[in-house]
Amino acid sequence: MDFLKVLKSWPADRVHRLIEAAGPEDVSRALAREQLSVEDLAALLSPQAAARLEEMARLAHRLTRRQFGRTIGLYVPIYLSNICGADCTYCFYAVQSGGHGARRTLTPDEIRRECEALARHGFQTVLLLTGDAPQAAPLDYLARAVAIAREYFASVSVEVYALSEEGYRRLVDRGLEGVTLYMETYDRDTYARVHRRGQKQDFVYRLDAIERAGRAGARRLSIGALLGLFDWRLEVFWMALHARYLQKECWQSAVSVSFPRLRNAPPRHSILHPVSDRELVQLMLALRLFLPEVGFNLSTRERADLRDRLIPLGVTMMSAGSSTRPGGYALGEETLAQFETEDQRSPEEVAAAIRRAGYDPVWKDFDRAFCETQQFQEENIFAHGEQL
Amino acid sequence: MNQGNQVSESPQKLISQINNLTTDDPLVIAGRAFRSRFMVGTGKFPSAEALRAALAASGAEIVTVALRRVDLAKPQTDSIMSVLDPGRHLILPNTSGARTAEEAVRLARMARAMGLMPWVKLELTPEPKYLLPDPVETLRAAEMLIKEGFVVLPYIQADPVLAKRLEELGTATVMPLGAPIGSNRGVRTRDMIRIIIEQSKVPVVVDAGLGAPSHAAEAMEMGADAVLVNTALADAADHGGMAQAFAMAVIAGRLAYRAGLGPVREEAAASSPLTGFLE
Repeated sequence: MDFLKVLKSWPADRVHRLIEAAGPEDVSRALAREQLSVEDLAALLSPQAAARLEEMARLAHRLTRRQFGRTIGLYVPIYLSNICGADCTYCFYAVQSGGHGARRTLTPDEIRRECEALARHGFQTVLLLTGDAPQAAPLDYLARAVAIAREYFASVSVEVYALSEEGYRRLVDRGLEGVTLYMETYDRDTYARVHRRGQKQDFVYRLDAIERAGRAGARRLSIGALLGLFDWRLEVFWMALHARYLQKECWQSAVSVSFPRLRNAPPRHSILHPVSDRELVQLMLALRLFLPEVGFNLSTRERADLRDRLIPLGVTMMSAGSSTRPGGYALGEETLAQFETEDQRSPEEVAAAIRRAGYDPVWKDFDRAFCETQQFQEENIFAHGEQL
Repeated sequence: MNQGNQVSESPQKLISQINNLTTDDPLVIAGRAFRSRFMVGTGKFPSAEALRAALAASGAEIVTVALRRVDLAKPQTDSIMSVLDPGRHLILPNTSGARTAEEAVRLARMARAMGLMPWVKLELTPEPKYLLPDPVETLRAAEMLIKEGFVVLPYIQADPVLAKRLEELGTATVMPLGAPIGSNRGVRTRDMIRIIIEQSKVPVVVDAGLGAPSHAAEAMEMGADAVLVNTALADAADHGGMAQAFAMAVIAGRLAYRAGLGPVREEAAASSPLTGFLE
């Protein structure tokens, strides 16, 4: 529960000064080092490093290949509910954003139909999402959803509102592998400005949530900053510190990072700090050199052509064929979407693009046998019987 | 005559011929004899074709697969399982990613229930960053699996006492690491591996960290019974070529070990002995 202390020791002006002070020789030194210091990270996030992208890319490519091989994991999100009690100015799920489309929470039977549709594509790794609404999707509901999804997929993760450690433990006991929780922004003032209602307003409770998930036994911990809310150089610096902190505190969990860019926002929210493609590449490379063992998730928020080119630059997991609407795979109802995806290719097309890039698309990288639940035992008997 | 082309056209034949140099010297694990002392891991390859090329050129008979990664229910569509030939390869499932003995045991049972041989490469790697083995859980899992009739090949830190403890429990081999998985750093644990080889009554397989054929040769020259390589093959530009190079290095190292290497000298041997006056 000490990441707040770490964060407080790196206030925006201190990080800003460090980044501004970096000269070309600092970038050179960072590129020559085997293990990077926070000063090196700042140098690689600085404008000075923008001229060294090709060198950084070569190093990042080599480090990623050594750690992860030439493989890309495939996953798909399942939106369980678009009912949301928070008011995030940038999000289409917020009531105050004035979005159209039906709001609903999937029933257990509907969750099954979504799972069946996705399992037919070959997915073995799914991410279950809800809005920030414990009323619409309480813990019991989440536990049931995890148990259902586990009947269909080897790996189930959640991206839901921040839970207590006990809450996460209940989901882990039902077979949950991973927890994704984006801080959105690590800048406290910006955080307060864009989050206007609900439990999500509690900055510290959200900041500590991913560590609670790790202590509860989640094996994959995924963090992220929503790029566009604040200066990306600072956001990425803080996120990198957070990842390194989690690697030490939750040493049995694999840490991964996401860098979603806010591309479209509701009319009331103007994107103050847009991030260009070139800047996105720079921040990915800086992160990879600082954190060689951390996974990189790349969602369908990004364009298909850009995603294909980012594959060799450190990406380890990609979503494919995603819908951000509850029921978007099997129910055929025009429910409200969280955001419009840019890469609308089918999972098969994305897998083919990964192969064309010289990588092996990996559908399965976990196994039900890791977790023992009542359900597992029943399934195992079934699977064995089927084989006979 | 173009030797280079001949080699690349029939790597399998070449390695088979080279393996014949040591037919009188098989690797015996749990009573089963193997001609090849080169084991191959199947992770991280860019495609099924790349893996196929590496396996063919390696001449490997023992091939390890991560149970977390492969889909044993649908082997025909799995990019790893579809390449393996149960007639030629002993498929050695590994429990990579298991954090506790119980998890490793469950994975091993699952593999056996799905029809694999009851052999298991025990990998208790609770931390995902360096994938280092947990000695406490490894010992516990080995005991549980041996009781259930599994042939156990444990991946361990290069710890000579742990190696003896596992041998006493009845593991079929010990598999100490040369360096962290994927690091390509070579036999960094050389001094401890030397002690393990000296003391061990079961085959010693140097696993992890071997990044170049010279590293494999070094381990074999020291008297290791076999080596296991994965990342160096998966990451090569020419997967078959690199597998062949490793296979040859493994044989060369073995032959050198059997031939008896001379001691390494720090200075030239003195031409007039210091104790000559005693004659």
